[in-house]
Amino acid sequence: MSDEFKTAHLESDSRFSYTITETGENGVLIRFKGVLDNHTAGDLLDSISSEISGRSPRTAAVDLSEVTYMDDYGAAAVHHIKRITGTVGDTFQIREPYPENGRELLDDPVFDGKQPELLEKKRRLGPLITRLGETTIEETKHLGFLLVFIGSVVMAFVKIGANPKKLRIGDTIDHMEKTGVAALPIIALISFLLGSIMAFMAAIQFRQFGAGLYVASLVGFAMVSELGPIMTAIVVSGRSGSAYAAEIGTMKIYEEIDALTTMGFDPTLFLAAPRLIAAFIVVPILTLFSNLFAIFGGLMVGVLMLDLSAVTYIRETVEVLSLKEMAWGTGKSAVFAVLIALIGCLQGFRASGGAAAVGNAATSAVVRSIFFIILFDSLFAVIRSL
Amino acid sequence: MELLTAIEVKNLSAGYGDSMILENVGFYVKPHEIFIILGGSGCGKSTLLRHMIGLEKPISGSILVDGTDIITCADMDFCSVRRKIGVLFQSGALMGSMTVGENVALPITEYSGLPAEAVKDIVKIKLKTVGLGDYEDHFPSEISGGMKKRAGLARAMALNPKFLFLDEPSAGLDPITSAEIDDLIISINETAGATVVIVTHELASIFRLAHRVIMLDKEAKGVIAEGRPQKLMNESDNPKVKRFFNPNPEKANKSNGV
Repeated sequence: MSDEFKTAHLESDSRFSYTITETGENGVLIRFKGVLDNHTAGDLLDSISSEISGRSPRTAAVDLSEVTYMDDYGAAAVHHIKRITGTVGDTFQIREPYPENGRELLDDPVFDGKQPELLEKKRRLGPLITRLGETTIEETKHLGFLLVFIGSVVMAFVKIGANPKKLRIGDTIDHMEKTGVAALPIIALISFLLGSIMAFMAAIQFRQFGAGLYVASLVGFAMVSELGPIMTAIVVSGRSGSAYAAEIGTMKIYEEIDALTTMGFDPTLFLAAPRLIAAFIVVPILTLFSNLFAIFGGLMVGVLMLDLSAVTYIRETVEVLSLKEMAWGTGKSAVFAVLIALIGCLQGFRASGGAAAVGNAATSAVVRSIFFIILFDSLFAVIRSL
Repeated sequence: MELLTAIEVKNLSAGYGDSMILENVGFYVKPHEIFIILGGSGCGKSTLLRHMIGLEKPISGSILVDGTDIITCADMDFCSVRRKIGVLFQSGALMGSMTVGENVALPITEYSGLPAEAVKDIVKIKLKTVGLGDYEDHFPSEISGGMKKRAGLARAMALNPKFLFLDEPSAGLDPITSAEIDDLIISINETAGATVVIVTHELASIFRLAHRVIMLDKEAKGVIAEGRPQKLMNESDNPKVKRFFNPNPEKANKSNGV
């Protein structure tokens, strides 16, 4: 009698069972019975590996003579026993006779190959230095692409200058609506709240000195020269910059941009120019609305908290705002608009690959445009102080 | 116990919004057969297929797959039916962010409970079956259209499904690749005994593959012919069926002396 130590019946599937027998000097024989297919293979391996773990048999043999049906999952499970038991080469043996349809499955050359490395991704995860180098090369290429793109934008505007009919007016108006009109409610709400928060914080401080009236100047000045343009630009880059990148990126992936090129359209003129012009027109207008709503928010706080009259508040605000100040703020926001549209379109045109590329394009459009908005704002501050 | 019909569609009416595409459609698919749904563009072939795999809810009617009504059954049952179904979408529908191998491994890892190395072995077997053994580590964007179809087929076959649904498996491929895919379908049907439902309008594939076909029509909003393709071509009286199998009306008329 062989020293049989355990018989496991897999509860999940009664069509299948196995026995493990110890043989000779530290060897195991695994006898399978029943159906060995994609439904049973997973449970089988779980159960066998938990029984064998801790023992390291010198030899392993598999007996399949009572297997009624097997498929490629069964074959993979049988060969996986090599890995579980740590037996290689001659120490692992599949005993004759094979199941009816099993020979071809079990002798598949896939199982002869060396052990597959677990989900290796050498192309994705190289050493740090390689990756650093790759990123540098990638960014250098990006710089080249950026120059080409800016050149093509300039060319597009030259063409529009020569023949204004080349601009797709319908698309431009459409984008003005999407970028501008549709953004107005959110800009208004955020600005109103921002204005009231600013006024509220300022009121707490200024009241101590009886200088409550200066809340109006603070809110008006800060909004018009700095916060209005920046905040509007950030909201627009999140709403529309990402949309530009995603839209153009998707068109790129589905070869729509190639189709435009072959039909003789200039993709920059066709896609980027309307967006650029739309953003250039509506973002400064949005900024003006933003200022207006913030001042209104400040006014609410001034009237309710500081007992100022609305007329006094407005008079104080008007006093601090010069036309030059307004023009400076609005001009900045026009520059921000161009940055947002340029970066959004550029990231879209750069997209290649699949769905993930579109997501990346949208993300990097937002991140890059916010970075450049802040960078340019700092530059403006320096220029102004000169 | 084996059922006499593998798939049964009863009184199916389907459409999107107000437009009705299929009205009162009924037919059945026998176990282990290659069944082709054919018809001109816009006749509702793909709509019918989407209903058969449970992606769309019909306006009325029932669809039994392996004895389970996939419309009314509870989520649990639907999951167990799902495991028996493999679907190849028109464009392959591979996940672009994963390699070909990872795409095929996706259902295997989820459902088989096998350890990663064994999953990897099965992925290799499946990819070898469709002739993509060397492309495991490629991304879908790096392989050709025919390869994407084959990789999609490998993913559809990953769990050795009882039912394979193929949406235009050879559309847009060269005749040689398309014939290779046809061979592949025949061998899957013969070796694994899978019931195969194909939507196509490629005549060559229809004659090579089909055990039985149904033909849908846009105006009739349903099935206008059913049977073996050879028989339909030679014996059908329906002018639409005739024209489908002999799609050059002017020539046909001329040779008839009209």
